[in-house]
Amino acid sequence: MKSLANIWRNLPLKAKIGVGLLGFFILAAIIGPMVQPYDPSAQTPLTMAAPSAQHWFGTTQEGQDILSQVLTGIRLTLELALAVGVIVTVLSVLIGVTSAFLGGIWDDVLSLITNVFLVLPPLPLLIVLLGYLSQQGQTPTIVVLSLLGWPWGARVIRAQTLAIRGRDFIDASRETGEKSWRIILFELIPNEISLIAASFVNTVLYAIGASVALAFVGLTNVNSWSLGTILFWAQTDSALQSAAWWWFVPAGLAVALIGTSLVLINSGLDELGSPRLRATRGTAKVAGHKIWPTDPTPVLAQLQGSRGRIGSFLYSFSRRSMLEGNAAGGDL
Amino acid sequence: MAPILEIDDLSVAYRSAGGDVHAVEHVNLTLNAGEVVGLCGESGSGKSTLAYGATRLLRPPALITGGSVRYRGRRITHGGDPADVLTMSHRELARIRWREVAIVFQSAMNALNPVLRVQDQILDAITAHLKLPKHEAREKAATLLDLVGIPRDRLRAFPHELSGGMRQRVMIAMALASDPEVVIMDEPTTALDVVVQRDILAQIVELKETLGFAVLFITHDLSLLLELADRIAVMYAGRLLETGTASAIMREPAHPYTRGLLHSFPSLHGARRELIGIPGTPPDLRDTLPGCPFIPRCSYTIPACSEVDMSLAPPIAAAGAGPDRPGPVTSDSHLTACPIVAPEEVSQEGVLS
Amino acid sequence: MTEPTGNVPAVGGLAPGAAAGGLVPAAEIVVTEQSGAPAVNATADQVGEPAVVESVAASRGPLAMEAIGLNKVFKLGRGAVLQAVRDVSFNLYQGAVIALVGESGSGKSTVAKLLAGQERPTSGEVIVDGKPINVRNTRSFRAYKSHVQYVFQDPFSSLNPVHTVGYDLTRPVRLHQPGVKDVPAAVTALLEQVRLTPAAQFVVKYPHELSGGQRQRVSFARALAAQPTVLLADEPVSMLDVSIRLEMLNLLDDLRTRLSLALLYITHDIASARYFADEVLVMYGGQIVERGPAEDVTQHPAHPYTQLLIASAPDPDNLGSSLRAGNVVVGPGGAIAGKAGNVGPAQVGCPFSNRCPIADDKCRRENPALQLLTPVRAAACWRLDVAASPVAGGSI
Repeated sequence: MKSLANIWRNLPLKAKIGVGLLGFFILAAIIGPMVQPYDPSAQTPLTMAAPSAQHWFGTTQEGQDILSQVLTGIRLTLELALAVGVIVTVLSVLIGVTSAFLGGIWDDVLSLITNVFLVLPPLPLLIVLLGYLSQQGQTPTIVVLSLLGWPWGARVIRAQTLAIRGRDFIDASRETGEKSWRIILFELIPNEISLIAASFVNTVLYAIGASVALAFVGLTNVNSWSLGTILFWAQTDSALQSAAWWWFVPAGLAVALIGTSLVLINSGLDELGSPRLRATRGTAKVAGHKIWPTDPTPVLAQLQGSRGRIGSFLYSFSRRSMLEGNAAGGDL
Repeated sequence: MAPILEIDDLSVAYRSAGGDVHAVEHVNLTLNAGEVVGLCGESGSGKSTLAYGATRLLRPPALITGGSVRYRGRRITHGGDPADVLTMSHRELARIRWREVAIVFQSAMNALNPVLRVQDQILDAITAHLKLPKHEAREKAATLLDLVGIPRDRLRAFPHELSGGMRQRVMIAMALASDPEVVIMDEPTTALDVVVQRDILAQIVELKETLGFAVLFITHDLSLLLELADRIAVMYAGRLLETGTASAIMREPAHPYTRGLLHSFPSLHGARRELIGIPGTPPDLRDTLPGCPFIPRCSYTIPACSEVDMSLAPPIAAAGAGPDRPGPVTSDSHLTACPIVAPEEVSQEGVLS
Repeated sequence: MTEPTGNVPAVGGLAPGAAAGGLVPAAEIVVTEQSGAPAVNATADQVGEPAVVESVAASRGPLAMEAIGLNKVFKLGRGAVLQAVRDVSFNLYQGAVIALVGESGSGKSTVAKLLAGQERPTSGEVIVDGKPINVRNTRSFRAYKSHVQYVFQDPFSSLNPVHTVGYDLTRPVRLHQPGVKDVPAAVTALLEQVRLTPAAQFVVKYPHELSGGQRQRVSFARALAAQPTVLLADEPVSMLDVSIRLEMLNLLDDLRTRLSLALLYITHDIASARYFADEVLVMYGGQIVERGPAEDVTQHPAHPYTQLLIASAPDPDNLGSSLRAGNVVVGPGGAIAGKAGNVGPAQVGCPFSNRCPIADDKCRRENPALQLLTPVRAAACWRLDVAASPVAGGSI
């Protein structure tokens, strides 16, 4: 718990915003089924109605409550994305670490498999497979997205594992007498946690984007209410032309916000994992002034008597600066 | 002795949320043309911070909190006033860096780009600071390798194809590309074995005699400095504890820390006895205790030590010695920050035993 | 500078000039044969009369480990091979320190890895408890580790950054002392043994919170947790500040006396070897070129390479004169060439013949085996008589 508190404290602001945003949607997904006012598929005579007290997000052309649909959609989309994230992460860690740690023929074979999956063209494959598989909820989508998503992570984790494997502490744990599986699980992987976490977040992002796109094109089960399906129906029933903004805006916004929150979290994780990145995060503030990494070491006396960058830029045009010769306080 | 780099009362701190880390406190150091000054200290003593701070190479959160650094190389000053490094703009600093003051970094393997050939890296250094046509630059690169004793066919090699000693020589060659007046060497022989180390040191001496630059040699190994340096400055916890000529430091170490350092080397030819070294660890630079930072590890400490103001002065006369030696304090003077302990007369033979 | 003469075999994959020198020695070929009539001691020392040469260390305690005729050849791919260790034999005794001195690439680390069971010798044996060691599978390897532990050189990478000191020490205690019920107490005892006190303070620290010296002590504590009889310390103090090296060496000395360890101390600093070791073995080009009691070898070096090592070590009695006299280092046997770093071991004849000031044709043709000097000393040189006599005013 203490380390979690530590992690929270060290996250930059944008990552905290991301976590908050994602947290909101996860909450919505969890309590959704309990609070949704109607069955999302239930049709009512109140068709294409603008938002009102009875239907907070309005209704579709069949009179279905959009709020209920969106709540269901958030839950289904998040479930799918998290499932894909977990499967892909497990697969890529398994294959990446194994091939790097065992080396030799194992590395060659597993790398070959990884590369083959990497070059499979995703979109045509998705279209063919999904068109062929029978419509059974989200499972086909999860399976296909996972199969196509793991090679990237595997390559990156393999590279990282190769780097770590050469370090002395791995040999030292062997010297202590540890078994190989323990070395992999307890010595190696803990050093890759930030990479694995970033890979996971990335994968979830990819899964959301891919599933929404697939649903929008109608390749997934159009009767299960994921966010993409909502958009599919909105498009099919010409919501845009009818100016029924309440139909596609909530779902679209939900997708965009979930995606944004993941991106924000990811950028924060990057910095967390690598303290060096944190230190060279662009400019730093020293004694109240912004100092770029390429600036010479600041001198306190100069900082206290200096203008800002724009100030000294403007000053350099003045007659006095040309007379003085050397510019104090830094130059562009 | 013409001074070429004057560091005056320099203080450098690292600003952090938990307070300032006082890495360098009020250090005075003068480097004269053509001489070798050794800067000796443990890890964390501030020796590298001092050198990089004086050339303004430290990155945030480092901040120079006081003092001045003046450079008197004739190419810049044209015989007039010295150039003030701390007030220079980025552009002016670029003229001084590498051309006037060059740095040989610690650990050549990390300082050389592993994917560029040696030739390309030396050419980089040359073309960045000298305006030479391509073929002349290449010839100069080859000449530089000759200068440091590397066969010319190594020009096309990658850093990982060279041994540790050769990589260090490449770094030295790059540093000498623009014929600088001052060369700062940061632990250039760490991680090299004694034979290669001796070669490199001999090479440095030879180059110095030929090209006439001054050397600021930073290391934690005092024995190297005793052989190589004209003057030595001993640093601890960001402060200078003792300065003087190499022979003065060796024969009459004044500060207990210096004495401890001298007794840390197993002797090759002297008597074989148990040595103790200096027990304990250097202090945390965030909390500066009053007085001398060496108190926790010093065996001569008395209550008055916590009131010492750490300014450098000639050592106190030993009990029973003659009257104090009067005279001006020159850069060669033997100075110490300890007004409590008299220097120990140590015979040449017994020094490291 | 001297370039090695003679045939430079075309090395697959390396540029033609590459083998001439300046390469990290791992990429060089050493194809010398140990030729000439092997002196009586070369094999006799180890098999016939092993006690004779090692009387200094043998008096300390019982025999802990024997290395017999170790050879290690690495295949570099495309037909190139590297003979990292050639015919190395010596013994380790409990309570004694044997120093293995040599420059980078001399093969000393490889010898340690062979003794640790991390590498398998191409030929030769390592004998412990009268039997050749067996490290074929994980279980036998772990059992071997309860006897022989290897300590790594670099304190900054030998500890896992995500584990505390407590974890690093708990694991080996659990693995090698399975009967112990109170593991935290055992961990505390280990920390006290390496003088990291108060132990409670250090148990929760991460490596980045410790100094280099403290990390190295943790590495030693980890090795000691296995309660070994043999400790192989590979350059344990080379990466530490000189001011703390002494403390560490004193600690090692204390440990070997108290725990009756057989210590192999690998270093390139012959002064610390003299301070600390009972017997010194000097290696060059994968071979032992000189061996004997530490005091004798450092005060009266017989082999020209040992003389070079002694002369290169910083010596304040010779303040700067060696550096300023134009790169020439004067050793007791005559002038020894400086500028040595550009050439690696010679590929034909004695490995040192391309740098040796007294090498003659026989040296360049035939690689000498260890020649007995006294019952406790030996050196591998054809011209020991010349090396021993001071040559007036000689220079290269």
